[in-house]
Amino acid sequence: MAVLFAVAPWVGLYPVFVMKVLCFALFACAFNLLIGFGGLLSFGHAMFLGTAGYVSAHAAKEWGLPPELAILAGTAASAALGVVTGLIAIRRQGIYFAMITLAIAQMMFFFYLQAPFTHGEDGIQAVPRGRLFGVLDLSQPMAMYYTVLAIFLFGFLVVYRAIHSPFGQVLKAIRENEPRAISLGYDAERYKLLAFVLSATLSGLAGATKALVFQLASLTDVHWTMSGEVVLMVLLGGMGTIFGPVVGALVIITLENYLAPFGQWVTIITGLIFVVCVLAFRRGIVGEFAAWMERRRARPGG
Amino acid sequence: MTEILGVPTQALFGQLLIGLINGSFYAMLSLGLAVIFGLLNIINFTHGAQYMMGAFAAWFLLNKAGIGYWWSLLIAPLAVGLTGVVVERTMLARLYKLDHLYGLLLTFGLALVIQGVFRNEFGASGLPYRIPEELTGGYNLGFMFLPKYRAWVIVASVVVCLATWYVIERTKLGAYLRAATENPALVQSFGVNVPRMITLTYGFGVGLAALAGVMAAPIYQVNPLMGADLIIVVFAVVVIGGMGSIMGSIVTGFLLGIVEGLTKVFYPEASNTVIFVIMVIVLILRPAGLFGRER
Repeated sequence: MAVLFAVAPWVGLYPVFVMKVLCFALFACAFNLLIGFGGLLSFGHAMFLGTAGYVSAHAAKEWGLPPELAILAGTAASAALGVVTGLIAIRRQGIYFAMITLAIAQMMFFFYLQAPFTHGEDGIQAVPRGRLFGVLDLSQPMAMYYTVLAIFLFGFLVVYRAIHSPFGQVLKAIRENEPRAISLGYDAERYKLLAFVLSATLSGLAGATKALVFQLASLTDVHWTMSGEVVLMVLLGGMGTIFGPVVGALVIITLENYLAPFGQWVTIITGLIFVVCVLAFRRGIVGEFAAWMERRRARPGG
Repeated sequence: MTEILGVPTQALFGQLLIGLINGSFYAMLSLGLAVIFGLLNIINFTHGAQYMMGAFAAWFLLNKAGIGYWWSLLIAPLAVGLTGVVVERTMLARLYKLDHLYGLLLTFGLALVIQGVFRNEFGASGLPYRIPEELTGGYNLGFMFLPKYRAWVIVASVVVCLATWYVIERTKLGAYLRAATENPALVQSFGVNVPRMITLTYGFGVGLAALAGVMAAPIYQVNPLMGADLIIVVFAVVVIGGMGSIMGSIVTGFLLGIVEGLTKVFYPEASNTVIFVIMVIVLILRPAGLFGRER
């Protein structure tokens, strides 16, 4: 996959498009960590994407911080927000968890709408990309591209490591049977909170990077439609699979790119994909593919 | 002009009235959500879209069929409720055995589809719907002017809410409903057709949303996105009230509407967020909600 993305701009793909896919793929991977392995459906993840975007854009533009520190600042802000939101939201389970995260995200949306530093509807525009570590000029498309790729791979590996660590196993155990995990001596709430904060932090990393790529932080990234979008990416790609979120992000961003001229059709088709996925396609693209491979292997002599 | 706490009484009562109106809609919508959740265990994300469909149904009836407000109050909820029945039978019914989150995702997708289709047809700007003739004008109460239509909305929604409460808590039908909420298998074994009851309950909840939509049409404009942001506030109302109790969601709805109205007077910057802030505080102090019980 890393090779595929590394050569993508050389085979005629528009770098900005691939960078957008990478940012959303990281966002979706972070989200998948929570829903796919922790069983927690957050309907407010846009707040982490957007918060980090605003903070890093503000840091880069108004404080003149170099890009690496701006990204770090944005990510840290999302992590802090993740701790606060997580502490409140994990008090309730299942559907309530979704509604609470949604409501808190909506609160953040109104906060950013009114706060002066976000410039309301205009957003923070013309964010300077700066020089990475003082040497690499990120206004060069290719330099920016490989930086984004490196950030994505870093985030992806963090998620991969987390899932395949004892922590990830305990998380799965809690998802499957919380009372039993508690009876085995695991502090379920702490594990869930940790997963939530980790997910929020990586979403923040995606948001901060996205703000530098597009040199823009706007209200779109904190709106609830964005929260819905990341749910859709993960659902379509395959919840609880490693590569599912990446595939889902690629498909959805491509779709949006091509459908952009048709206005509201994006919303309608997005909604339809949701309905079809839930009714007939719950394992997602990667999940169904894996199941199909499994069936093939199980067939004797096949 | 008289003042209370440094605020002109006119402004104060004006905002209180707006708060009460908003509260009426919060109450009716969260009531529908609570009834649906009780039996189906599904959070109906389409609720806001169905509220919008109710308003559009009223607009259609008036402008295409010449049917006025009063008949719309009956026809629109029935029509939209019927679409709810179809949705339940064809889609939601397949999800009951799965994790409840799928119901949320499905209804979210449906809401996107419905809102997208209406926006395609009607754009994002609102369509006006005039107040029925019988309810134009208003009363001068001395300290404020009370438009007749707004008084009607408040009274009507209180009546609707109380009637729903009465049916669920005090009649035999409601007893079946509450029993099925506790243990559907047992109720079914007594010969009650539980699947049909579930279908009708969903239809009823949806109809209630549509009724709220019709009542809202003359106040807010008829707009494809009128329910999109509202539903999130109603979710917060539901979390604050706790979904265990019918009366709880009614009282919380009205109460929060008033709180929101008052915030607009005393600290306008926070009026959009006050309900969410209250939600956070309630969650910290009483995670089950004000009237809810843990389950």
